[in-house]
Amino acid sequence: MTPLLSTHGLIAGYGDMRALHGIDLSVNAGETVALIGANGAGKSTLLRAIMGLLPVAPEMIRLDGQPVGGRAPHRMVREGLAIVPEGRRLFTGMSVEENLRVASEHAAKPVAEPWTLERVYTLFPILKEKSRTPVENLSGGQQQMVSIGRGLLAQPRILLCDEISLGLAPKVVREIYAALPEITANGTALVLVEQDVGLAQRASHRLYCLLEGRVTLHGSSAEISRDAISTAYFGASHALD
Amino acid sequence: MHWIDGIVQGVLLGGLYAQYALGMALMFGVMKIVNVTHGDLVVLLALIGISLANVAGLGPWAVLATLVPIGAALGWLLQRALLNRVVGDDPLPSLIATFGLSIALQNAMLVIWSADTRSLSGGGIQQASIALGPIFVGVLPLIVLICATVLTGGLDAVMRYTRFGRSLRAASADVEAAAMVGVNPRNVYAAATAIAVGILGFAATFQAMRSTVAPADGPFQLIYAFEAVIIGGLGSIWGAFAGAMILGISQAIGFRISPGFGILAGHLVFLAVLAIRPQGIFQRKA
Repeated sequence: MTPLLSTHGLIAGYGDMRALHGIDLSVNAGETVALIGANGAGKSTLLRAIMGLLPVAPEMIRLDGQPVGGRAPHRMVREGLAIVPEGRRLFTGMSVEENLRVASEHAAKPVAEPWTLERVYTLFPILKEKSRTPVENLSGGQQQMVSIGRGLLAQPRILLCDEISLGLAPKVVREIYAALPEITANGTALVLVEQDVGLAQRASHRLYCLLEGRVTLHGSSAEISRDAISTAYFGASHALD
Repeated sequence: MHWIDGIVQGVLLGGLYAQYALGMALMFGVMKIVNVTHGDLVVLLALIGISLANVAGLGPWAVLATLVPIGAALGWLLQRALLNRVVGDDPLPSLIATFGLSIALQNAMLVIWSADTRSLSGGGIQQASIALGPIFVGVLPLIVLICATVLTGGLDAVMRYTRFGRSLRAASADVEAAAMVGVNPRNVYAAATAIAVGILGFAATFQAMRSTVAPADGPFQLIYAFEAVIIGGLGSIWGAFAGAMILGISQAIGFRISPGFGILAGHLVFLAVLAIRPQGIFQRKA
């Protein structure tokens, strides 16, 4: 079966600094895949490269088997990719609803059950209450909900989530993670970059561990042992390569 | 009465400055570009309009109706061919590019139209005036002010309530994040500059009707637009309008203090704002 999204020897970086040294990854429809790894392992870079925010060669990224690498981000949205970026990156000076509408007005062709403002408000009821509030006046958790809602309204087949739990209270993190099954229910795939390894393992079907721009471990989240993860995470086996 | 008349005339003058300033405020607000060719584009459009009037026999309103789409097309082309290559976090490349283009445009206009000053015939409307109580108000300046107000309100409404306006504001807040939700920044930028230069079609027509234009006049129009935008607060649409009014009133009152003092009074108010409130009087909340 052709995976929905796959990367093939993906190499990317910033200027002269190469951050990814050949990543092979695949994501199937409806699947939740977690990316774990220490700071600087290349997790965010990988998501940015997939989203079209970093220059890559066409055949390094495939959607439905078709090479799409190197296309501009707005064209990746049309192909069915969306990202909840690190740091949320909301449109300041605009209300919650306006932030969401920018996404819905430039969305990919809707999937079977398209995301609507109403569905996002059902998923995160607090946003309906705050729909007229400028986003800069929201709490961190509420801002993260807007950012996720914005990603969903792009009608993605694959939603890339970059550290959605970062800096949030545990209760808010639980609230946000509780919403994820609703997102994957209609076949949307999730790629989660997560600092909290336990959380990543519980929330995903499969996980990839990155270390210094390489995949050091991947497999079924339920079957991978803690020891294997810590070895891959900290690189004890790295010297053996 | 002398002073009230000064303020009224200043507001009317501010109407013309507002038409210069709107496009500059839009371009700065969305792209952080200070377009140095702004004044030269006013002059270019005015000269095209005057030539159209002379060659094709167009009346002033037909000239206006022609210059707005020509301006929009020029703006679109300017963004696509040049500014999209230099836009970015660093303001210097766009400043240098538009500065160079400004000089090239002035020289090109000098070749085509020579250094003569020209104006556009308004068919008598320039001399017409109406009495508001004891104050006489020119019909043309009144039309200019009404157009400026409608343009400002219209642009503000577009920014607030339309899909295009939302994508402009999103790109202005965080262009990369806007691209991540499907906005094509190059299209949005091209449309913004098309609107900015399209509005200059109004400014060019009215400038050519109420005064004269010559190829080297651009920098003067640029400085008025720039001052109005700075006084009002960079990037704010109604701020630019208010800044234009303040500039117009300062000049009109300065002119009544002493005929040679008018223009200087405007510059002094601009410098005072820059010194006391550099973010501008009406800067919107960040």
